[in-house]
Amino acid sequence: MNYFVNEKGYYGDFGGAYIPEMLYPNVEELRQNYLKIIGDPSFQQEFHHLLKDYVGRPSPLYLAKRLSKKYNANIFLKREDLNHTGAHKINNTIGQILLAEKLGKKRIIAETGAGQHGVATATVCALRGLECVVYMGEIDIQRQAPNVARMKMLGAKVVSAVSGSKTLKDATNEAMRDWINNPVDTHYIIGSVVGPHPYPDMVSIFQSVISEETKKQLLEQTGNDQPDYVLACVGGGSNAMGMFYHFIDDEKVKLIAVEAGGKGVDTGFSAATTFLGKEGVLHGSRSILMQTADGQVVEPHSVSAGLDYPGIGPQHAHLFKTHRAKYVSITDDESLQAGLLCTQMEGIIPAIESAHALAYLEKMEFKGGENVVVCLSGRGDKDMDTYMKYFGF
Amino acid sequence: MNRITKLFKEKKNNILSIYYTAGYPGLGDTIAIANALEKAGADMLEIGFPYSDPVADGPVIQASSKHALDQGMDLNLLFEQLKELRKTVTIPVLLMGYVNPVLQYGVERFCEACAQVGVDGCIVPDLPMVEYEEFYKDTFLKYGLSNVFLVTPQTSVERIHKIDSLSNGFIYLLSSSATTGQNLQVSDTTAAYFSRIAAMELNNPTMIGFGISSKETFDKACKYANGGIIGTAFVKSLSSDKLNENIDAFMKMFRA
Ligand SMILES: Cc1ncc(COP(=O)(O)O)c(C=O)c1O
Repeated sequence: MNYFVNEKGYYGDFGGAYIPEMLYPNVEELRQNYLKIIGDPSFQQEFHHLLKDYVGRPSPLYLAKRLSKKYNANIFLKREDLNHTGAHKINNTIGQILLAEKLGKKRIIAETGAGQHGVATATVCALRGLECVVYMGEIDIQRQAPNVARMKMLGAKVVSAVSGSKTLKDATNEAMRDWINNPVDTHYIIGSVVGPHPYPDMVSIFQSVISEETKKQLLEQTGNDQPDYVLACVGGGSNAMGMFYHFIDDEKVKLIAVEAGGKGVDTGFSAATTFLGKEGVLHGSRSILMQTADGQVVEPHSVSAGLDYPGIGPQHAHLFKTHRAKYVSITDDESLQAGLLCTQMEGIIPAIESAHALAYLEKMEFKGGENVVVCLSGRGDKDMDTYMKYFGF
Repeated sequence: MNRITKLFKEKKNNILSIYYTAGYPGLGDTIAIANALEKAGADMLEIGFPYSDPVADGPVIQASSKHALDQGMDLNLLFEQLKELRKTVTIPVLLMGYVNPVLQYGVERFCEACAQVGVDGCIVPDLPMVEYEEFYKDTFLKYGLSNVFLVTPQTSVERIHKIDSLSNGFIYLLSSSATTGQNLQVSDTTAAYFSRIAAMELNNPTMIGFGISSKETFDKACKYANGGIIGTAFVKSLSSDKLNENIDAFMKMFRA
């Protein structure tokens, strides 16, 4: 079974580039060049240099002793929260800004949900001196205020998306509209493994550093680079794709993707795409998305802005359909409780997104001795307001 | 013969096509608007079926789409309404919208329904040419439907020829790469682009759209193509009270 993209830009039934003609020249330019540019030794050198000295990679793989004891397994946390700007998102923005420079682009646009991708984009734009415009849903601007301030301080223009549900999906629409209206000198840094081909593949390549490091670190720490389980949360699915990447072809490693169940999968307030979605087209690729029978995209709900998205990347749809990865869901309440537990047992405040992955440990049964890697995709600083309100601190 | 082909055979210039969103302003206005437009001199109609995430559209058509969806417009209802279409309307009619509602309705079922109600063609901006050629073309042709592709100033010559070879109605020239609702400005570079296309002697006729809002911009479009398409400006002019009077007044700008 091929779990990766084929020459037509598809993962099984999913993927492709469903874009209006206005976007075609830009997307085609990317498609023709991305592998060549990424494969170039000078690109690799600069990318890895920045990941090391600017982002702070490799991120540690930390054996969480108290959680391990509680769950009766070796729980390793892949510490993407320790990256510069506080999440995995920067792995991708570093890669894409270098690529945009090679393509001669002068202006960068991005969408953001939790604000982590917006901050990571504004950061690399400041680093390289490029103009930056970030689209963010009006509702997310309110619930992620600290990240909005960070983007502004970094010199980015934050534009409020007021259409539709005013969250990540609508910010993505606005960014695509911007790209249509600025067809020549602009690069769109998509923040997850979504969008038209080659974005899902390109973003997963940049994020694959997560599993590349994990394998080495596991080998060093346990003498075996093959974990029993790998877990990650899925919004669009980029931290999960990075965490799965080098394990996908090793079928002994069980992959678990955790979606945001919101108030519960059947409550009408959920973002659990594989449970509630059907095959269709959203934001330029064929995948699975939450929609009405008439094909209108349904507004999702999650306490975590980064998972509040009605679709998943096409490669996830393929991993789901082929049963290569298991897709599960965790509610708002369960994720917040897991965030508190991790904080008080390990001294790590996780992003609420990442807390979804941690929460699934509660539902697993271990014999003892299994090696389990959880992608701690980001830190919880941006979520303090939500945590404080929920727990009444 | 397909009504679109017939139109372009009989009329070479000054062709006026009007876009409007089904379900806007009133849920039941679809046929009334079509009748009023034909009476007032429109040569062709593009009826938009609304979508929740219209990335190629500016604020005006976004708002009309949202309004239509909120009122309950969907493809089932639209095809139900369109059963009345050919009782009165004789000019060519295209449906315009995004691919996901078509996929959910079923491509074959969609094409069949179009043919049954007398729709002559479709414009689906986010349906890529490769997908169309591989999976949709045969079905479209089986039901006698035209499929219309867009071309922008950035579309390569090679690709324009490919689009021409796959088109069977007309080619939709965008005045610039833009979402709907920007103003048409024929700068030197746009003029050069329009002239370049005119000089290519394509097999298909061309219509210029996006940003035509006045007699002046319509005339400019007609200088370079077989006609012009008006969307945003028309949608903006619509209101529920005095629907017919408003449409007449709008059309007088172009068909005095
Ligand atoms: C910390 C963190 N984790 C996860 C996500 C979800 O994105 P993805 O599914 O692409 O990893 C986000 C998105 O903003 C995030 O900030």
